[in-house]
Amino acid sequence: MTLFRPRTGGILVLAAIIALVPLGLGNGYFYDVAVNAMFSAIVCIGLNLLIGYGGQISLGHAGFFALGAYGSAILTGRYEVPPLAALVLSAGAVALIAFVLGRPILRLKGHYLAMATLGIGIIIHIVLKTESGLTGGPDGLALGDFTLFGLSVSGERDWYWMAGGVLLLAVWLSLNLIDSPLGRALRAVHGSEAGAEAAGVDSSGTKVRVFVISAVFASVAGSLFAHKNGFITPDIGSFFHSAELVTMVVLGGMASTFGALVGAVILTLLPQVLASFEQYEAMILGAIMMGTMIFMPKGLLPSLAGLIRRWRGER
Amino acid sequence: MSLLRIENLSKEFGGVHAIEDLSFTVDPGTIHSIIGPNGAGKTTLFNLMTGVYAPSAGRVLFQGKPVTGRKPFELAAMGMSRTFQNLQIFFNMTVLENVMVGHHLHLDCRLIPSLLTLPGLRRRDREARDTCAALLEFVGLSRYLDADAAQMPYGALKRLEIARALAAGPRLLLLDEPAAGLNATESREIDDVIKRIAASGVTVVLVEHDMKMVMGISDHILALDYGRKLAEGTPAEVRANPEVIAAYLGVQA
Amino acid sequence: MFAEFLQYLFSGLTSGAIYALAGLGFAIIYNASNVINFAQGEFIMIGGMTAASLVAAGTPLWLAVALALVVAMLVGIALERLAIEPARDSDVVTIVIITIGASIFLRGAAQVIWDKEFHSLPAFSGETPIALSGATLMPQSLWVIGSSALAIAALWWFFNRTLFGKAMLATSHNRLAAQLVGIGVKRVLLASFALSALLGAVAGVVVTPITFTSYESGIMLGLKGFSAAVLGGLGSGLGAIVGGLIVGLVEALASGYLSSAYKDAIAFIIILFVLFFMPSGLFGRRGTDRV
Repeated sequence: MTLFRPRTGGILVLAAIIALVPLGLGNGYFYDVAVNAMFSAIVCIGLNLLIGYGGQISLGHAGFFALGAYGSAILTGRYEVPPLAALVLSAGAVALIAFVLGRPILRLKGHYLAMATLGIGIIIHIVLKTESGLTGGPDGLALGDFTLFGLSVSGERDWYWMAGGVLLLAVWLSLNLIDSPLGRALRAVHGSEAGAEAAGVDSSGTKVRVFVISAVFASVAGSLFAHKNGFITPDIGSFFHSAELVTMVVLGGMASTFGALVGAVILTLLPQVLASFEQYEAMILGAIMMGTMIFMPKGLLPSLAGLIRRWRGER
Repeated sequence: MSLLRIENLSKEFGGVHAIEDLSFTVDPGTIHSIIGPNGAGKTTLFNLMTGVYAPSAGRVLFQGKPVTGRKPFELAAMGMSRTFQNLQIFFNMTVLENVMVGHHLHLDCRLIPSLLTLPGLRRRDREARDTCAALLEFVGLSRYLDADAAQMPYGALKRLEIARALAAGPRLLLLDEPAAGLNATESREIDDVIKRIAASGVTVVLVEHDMKMVMGISDHILALDYGRKLAEGTPAEVRANPEVIAAYLGVQA
Repeated sequence: MFAEFLQYLFSGLTSGAIYALAGLGFAIIYNASNVINFAQGEFIMIGGMTAASLVAAGTPLWLAVALALVVAMLVGIALERLAIEPARDSDVVTIVIITIGASIFLRGAAQVIWDKEFHSLPAFSGETPIALSGATLMPQSLWVIGSSALAIAALWWFFNRTLFGKAMLATSHNRLAAQLVGIGVKRVLLASFALSALLGAVAGVVVTPITFTSYESGIMLGLKGFSAAVLGGLGSGLGAIVGGLIVGLVEALASGYLSSAYKDAIAFIIILFVLFFMPSGLFGRRGTDRV
């Protein structure tokens, strides 16, 4: 059934790209960048469900990413929980936190929602910095390899395939959700909350469910990132990182799963390309955020698609 | 038993009585119209009945159950659907998807099945697609099926909202000025749609400015002025009521 | 015991005054344009950094301060013209992202123009502490509280006694009506950014001798100012002032008596409580959506 739907094409193309990219990757460094891009893409695909499809902003998703990372680090390091179980447990805990916080938060709109999510992100960041008994404080925490059914995932190549697999899964889940009744309800809430409620959509329930899902995506990506990196510091949960994630989503294209992916890849590659301009990194990031919103508020991929449609129409 | 019962309903906005001590009932299977000059409180009344506003006093009973303070989506689940004077279309979706959101209550919205697209969910979604396509045909919009809602003309959007409201399978349909902003032809088409809805057994409550339409299709009319009941009865009775004439024509009664 | 409390009170009032100025900056822009300017904190940073670097280069203090205020205002005007104006009719999420982008851009620019170090200004009138019932008060704290009070008074005068100020107030109540009676709404927007930037720079200049400043110091101050504005009720000037003082005092008392490690978290905990339990703040107008 799902195999014959048009969106399957997108997934197959993505799978082919993931399979072919290693042919062009010279050494471990490039693998490393590619893996980081894919982790960011996983977070952004989840975040895009909330921002792009649901029209709800979150300026605190780096917090959930960090909670996933620290959950894995603490559970595997202190309590010797197997990595996969630690990832699942962390994601479960993050889901619970997102659910409890999501109820009151998602009643808020616009600026207030931005402020509340931002506040939660900052509080998480401060807690991670402060509770050094558990988190190692600003010095961070080290953790071991990820193991999957007894096999250890180590080295850039292993991680590349691992991240690629999880990314495909994330894309598949996201595309499924958008096209389901729940996804329609979510888009309806974005279109008109009053209209959606009148049609029987529990708008706050819908928003909370998607908030939870997007937090879980972030948490899983955080756990994987932590294992791959072998070392984490509280700054992965900083406001700057949250803003970066939002930028990836809006740059690639709001309400476009593949757009979120493209945004994540571009913004991860950019600092590598501009390595000699390192000190300008923040300026460039800020300029991209402003420029995208002013000149193509729909983002890269949807704007491109629109251009192609128009070009075809004129021919 | 009356389908909808309004008891001593009042709503105040910062000291102004938008609705004051209003009571009336709506019988099943009828077309019930609410008329009144601008600012008479018609839309406020609508928002009170559908749970958008909470009343300052009084209560609303739907199918004999008090529903005051229920949220709009809960009322929708009980069988009360509505359209809006200021259209609330999902412009980010296609026409068919708009109607399918209306069918939302009959579909599976649990998180895990949605993420995995379980076969049962997909099958029921296909059935919903057919049901909603049929509704679009019912209101005369089948040629817009896969168009983006944002590309539709105004008159068609009004009918799209009606189709969406019907997709919930309501017992009571509340229409807030369905003919406002339409030309004579479009207005007649809406007229026809409303009659066919009533004939299918759905009770209709209508707020409308277009007197010709109201008089033509209503079984029962409630006239409001300054949030209070001015007159109530059959179209002929209301038309003959001197207070209604005065309120509409501005003549001192 | 009492001395300790008094000490916390002084420090709370000092930071509260800064948050109040930042909060007022948010309120002014919000009223004029319904935009929440997440770059508000950067004005504070720019004010402080400009003054500090000018003084370090040998400029007299008064001239450095005056130039810092001018620079911040120019940045505010540029921000409105280049980033906000072109996206006037966009939705809230879009504008939020633009102003956050502006904030990151300005921070990055500061890091390029200056450096990542902390900078300071000499205290305006010496460093001799004033003893008061066992607590000590730094003269610079008086400068902070005094300048804030003065700025607030000037603002009150501007909005209630000058024609242009009244025009800005009118625009905040009803943009269309203001336009119809011939108020240049575009100029009002521009002025609101200039004014907010000015307030931010005042805060930045007077607080730098106490807290020092760096390219990063705007973000926290700005966000706490936003907390103050929301606590008081978005758009309410009085609310922003009261909100700022409350945030400052609670922060000082809580970090004194409870945990100083969580000092920076306190403003956000307050704000979450406010948003959950009384979303329109202390003095805010409660709105109803029309459908």
